Amino acid sequence: MPDNLVHSADAASSAHDEHPPYLRHHFNSAEQQADASNFAMWLFLLTEVMFFGGLFTAYLIYRNWYFPAFVAGSHQLNVVWGATNTLVLILSSFTMAMGVWCAETRRRKGLVLCLSLTFILGLAFLGIKSVEYREKIEKHHVPGFHYSMQSFLDPQSDPEVYAEYHDKPLTPDMAVHTELYFSLYFLMTGMHALHMIIGIGILGFMILRARAGAYTAGHVTFVENFGLYWHFVDIIWIYLFALLYLISRHA
Amino acid sequence: MSHISPVLWQFLVKWLTNSGLLPPEASKIAPQMDALLFFMVLVSLIGLTIVALLVTSFSILYNKKRHPVAVQVEGSTLLEATWTIIPLGLFLVMFVWGALIYFRVFTPPANAMNIYVVGKQWMWKAEHPGGQHEINSLHVPTGRAVQLTLISQDVFHSFSIPAFRVKREAIPGRYTTVWFEATKPGTYHLFCTQYCGTNHSQMIGDVVVLTPEGYKKWLAESTNGMSLAQNGERLFASLSCAACHNARPDARGPNLANVYGAKLTLATGGTVIADDAYLRESILNPSQHVTQGYQPIMPTYQGQISEEGVIALVEYIKNLDSDYRVQQTLTTTDLPPEKQVKTSPTATVPPAHGKVKP
Amino acid sequence: MSSDTIVRLPDQATARIPKDNYLTRENGILSWLLTSDHKRIAILYLASITFFFFIGGALAGLIRLELLTPQSDLMATDTYNKVFTMHGVIMIFFFLVPSVPATLGNFLIPMMIGAKDLALPRINLLSWYLYMAGGLLALYTMAVGGVDTGWTFTTPLSTHYVNTNVLTTGLAVFVAGFSSIFTGLNFVVTIHKMRAPGMTWFRLPLFVWAHYAASILMVLATPVVAISIVLIALERTIGIGVFDPTKGGDPLLFQHLFWFYSHPAVYIMILPGMGVISEVISTFSRKRVFGYTAVAFSSVAIAVFGFFVWAHHMFIMGISNYAVLVFSLLTMLVAVPSAIKIFNWTFTLYKGSITFETPMLYTFGFMGLFTIGGLTGVFLGTSGTDIHLTETYFIVAHFHFVMVGGMLMAFLAGIHFWWPKITGRMYPEKISQLAAVVTFIGFNFTFFPQFILGTLGMPRRYASYPPEFQILNVFSTAGATILGVGYLLPVLYLVWSLKYGAVAGNNPWQATGLEWQTQSPPLTENFVEMPIMDHEAYDYEWLEKQEREKEKEVTSAG
Repeated sequence: MPDNLVHSADAASSAHDEHPPYLRHHFNSAEQQADASNFAMWLFLLTEVMFFGGLFTAYLIYRNWYFPAFVAGSHQLNVVWGATNTLVLILSSFTMAMGVWCAETRRRKGLVLCLSLTFILGLAFLGIKSVEYREKIEKHHVPGFHYSMQSFLDPQSDPEVYAEYHDKPLTPDMAVHTELYFSLYFLMTGMHALHMIIGIGILGFMILRARAGAYTAGHVTFVENFGLYWHFVDIIWIYLFALLYLISRHA
Repeated sequence: MSHISPVLWQFLVKWLTNSGLLPPEASKIAPQMDALLFFMVLVSLIGLTIVALLVTSFSILYNKKRHPVAVQVEGSTLLEATWTIIPLGLFLVMFVWGALIYFRVFTPPANAMNIYVVGKQWMWKAEHPGGQHEINSLHVPTGRAVQLTLISQDVFHSFSIPAFRVKREAIPGRYTTVWFEATKPGTYHLFCTQYCGTNHSQMIGDVVVLTPEGYKKWLAESTNGMSLAQNGERLFASLSCAACHNARPDARGPNLANVYGAKLTLATGGTVIADDAYLRESILNPSQHVTQGYQPIMPTYQGQISEEGVIALVEYIKNLDSDYRVQQTLTTTDLPPEKQVKTSPTATVPPAHGKVKP
Repeated sequence: MSSDTIVRLPDQATARIPKDNYLTRENGILSWLLTSDHKRIAILYLASITFFFFIGGALAGLIRLELLTPQSDLMATDTYNKVFTMHGVIMIFFFLVPSVPATLGNFLIPMMIGAKDLALPRINLLSWYLYMAGGLLALYTMAVGGVDTGWTFTTPLSTHYVNTNVLTTGLAVFVAGFSSIFTGLNFVVTIHKMRAPGMTWFRLPLFVWAHYAASILMVLATPVVAISIVLIALERTIGIGVFDPTKGGDPLLFQHLFWFYSHPAVYIMILPGMGVISEVISTFSRKRVFGYTAVAFSSVAIAVFGFFVWAHHMFIMGISNYAVLVFSLLTMLVAVPSAIKIFNWTFTLYKGSITFETPMLYTFGFMGLFTIGGLTGVFLGTSGTDIHLTETYFIVAHFHFVMVGGMLMAFLAGIHFWWPKITGRMYPEKISQLAAVVTFIGFNFTFFPQFILGTLGMPRRYASYPPEFQILNVFSTAGATILGVGYLLPVLYLVWSLKYGAVAGNNPWQATGLEWQTQSPPLTENFVEMPIMDHEAYDYEWLEKQEREKEKEVTSAG
């Protein structure tokens, strides 16, 4: 072997005898491995911000241009369901954070419980979302699929929403732009839901591994990094809730 | 640019035009742009020569055979500063010079004569105010500022006249403008330069520059008797615009006489100058452009009217301030008069100002 | 070895290929397809990008053949439109973007910083599979009829007016984009977290700095093109209206989103090449790169400024004059760091001890051609002249000068420079120098006439053109033939060298850098013991001391 690699750190060679089984060999220490994967997750979340950023840009521009249409569209969303979903996700972030703590403090049963609660709350979110989506489908507010502007041209034909907001009818050329609002609604919440589904899938996998004690023996990186991902998905939702559901809701 | 020595200027223009590297200079802006291009080529040549000389001479002087031991030189802040500041300075000169030309090209003078151009797959349709229509060609006079108002009926196209050194995208959904003043009679290339599908390379034509007399003759030969504004007037009537836009005191829509160029206050509170884009948008998306004091009841004509139709309407409304247009009969061969610059913008459209037909 | 090369090759007379190296450690196709070794992944990438390069090159050949005559007579106009679209898509997304980072970057970055692998080896392998999936999708698209929107997917043409395979092409680019994101992510994490002890930021080779800057761009910019493609797909299939004026959407929004990635993309493509140039010019001048700090910071400056200039692709599209002012000014600023680099490389030659091996020839070619290409970029960034020059062959010439005259030359310089390290063999010097010269000549003949075609006004993406442009087009096609030969030769002699090339030894170029302190080809784990960095980058005095101390013998590891 080339002997011009003069010195080596003794720590590396002696640590080799006692290195944890999860330490991958290209890392010098468990700290380095944990540090690197943590940094990688933060960087990945930054790419996600840029990914959603394009949608937020389109939203900002069109909301600025077509505010009345966005108001009318937003009034079609059920703020109770939306707020409930927001609470569900915030609660799931709490249970996820508790899960990370359990992993760090080697509480296997606690970890499984917390992950399972997070899983259930995630499913609850998706359930409520599908109820909302179903309502949109029934009212023909899905762009590209027999989209109907009736509720905006004649708000009184939609008694529930009218009773709450007493919106004035939109002119036809403004009503056309409600389709843009709903396109962005489905795109943004749909993209978010996709990330939720992926997260729930990984959660399922994690629950099985957690039961086997994989994360409570000192190797918590996976749970910690997944927690970051889950919190990120939660934060995106909070922005979506504010931007999509809360346009001009004051009395 | 007129303060350059005329001898040098002549030489530059002649040399540049005959070098075969540039198209003929047929507009007022062309020599100005060529001067900047020439400057940039010069700077680039000098820069490239400097780098080439340095690299060559270092390669010879410090060839391994001649200079077997390298001297480790860390760097030199002075040199770094030099080759940061000098390129930056040169680039900034180009930036300013170029920005001046850019603003010049895209700020039409107030007295420019307007020609509408509609691009569609795969042809250019030019519409002169006198009603002359051209396909894949554009006739313009020398000595007169000509503004092109461009729009596309379908995809992005780009209207390019290399001899004039002007180019502008024609996009669907909004007007874009560019202007030039042709200086040399002749026939020059017209290209579409934004890839637009199968026959993109066939979307080419001729720009024919005529003397003012020649242009007058051409106008007379090519007219079909109806000016754009007269066409617009017919459309205005057939679409029942006058039902709301008339001079009556209880009219549901604002009177459109003199509205072009006026400063309007919108129902949303903002102010806007009623230019071509505003007029077009008011026809296609009226509820966002309602003048203060009026209800948003105007229906949209999106989908019911072609871009040529909109152009005709816009041209009609633009000319609702002049007796000349309204009393026009069949003499469409005269050039439209130089437009008076609006001196005092009106805050709201005044009612019943006179010359509008009921 | 001829006496005018830099190397005395003290150990070459007795050099043998080490028996245990990353190529021989494991055998069988699965050991390659399921590898997590960054070096094997780099080889996988090298083979695949070479494959896609020649497909893109064949398409370029078809373009030049068509343009021999003014009429559209070689193929139908529709076919020509598909050919130039696929040429662009394949060359940009499947050759240029991954070229240096995925091959040389993958291979060398861990070795240069003293690590055993990248931080996320399995993500690295995933990157390659995503790249292959995207590439296969692109090939599939070609097989089922291609796409003819231009690589820029301009709306509404791509959403409402073509009936070719926009969705499959979009998917191919989308998937390849994630390959790029993961590669960039891997590099950033690795460079931050896995440097050997003593390897401070300012002891890193400039190759690493360049890749760091490019990786920031890969990570932050690529997701935006991903979402743009999603929007195009939905606009095209269900008509969501985001880009459709009749529904209130704005086609210019697509332009902003698209160019927000595609401008940084050009810096993703060039920065790694610039990293190669730094290494080569230092080695063949036997000198530290002049102004190391300036070059390092310039790389980062290019990356940062590169995010703020995207609308210079939109100067005539109807954006406001004031927006044009801002973007033109920022474009001037982004040009300066590149100029700084050119001068720093030039002065690296000063008082050096220069030899002219093939990598150095390609480097000189890069410096000349990139200078021209970069300066013509300033022509285009100046708003006034852009009016005349944009959308013509001037643009085509400009980007081919920087990408082919710049980036591809740098790639070839890097392949030749590190070929001994990667394979353990030397390439044949004379024929490779010939190929470099042939490439340089062919390149200039091909692309310089296109500048003139552009100033004369010939539009780009034209299948037919007015007859007065023919002679320059014929020149260009003639040059392309020569260029093709120049690119074919390396494939032939590099493959030949795998069996018949001279054995290289550890450090045939006597270069600094940790990668040259290991055997050629390296061990799978790169280093047996973790190296400790106790000297500056490009420390030739340290190297000399090393050489005097160690025995001049290459032994195999096992």
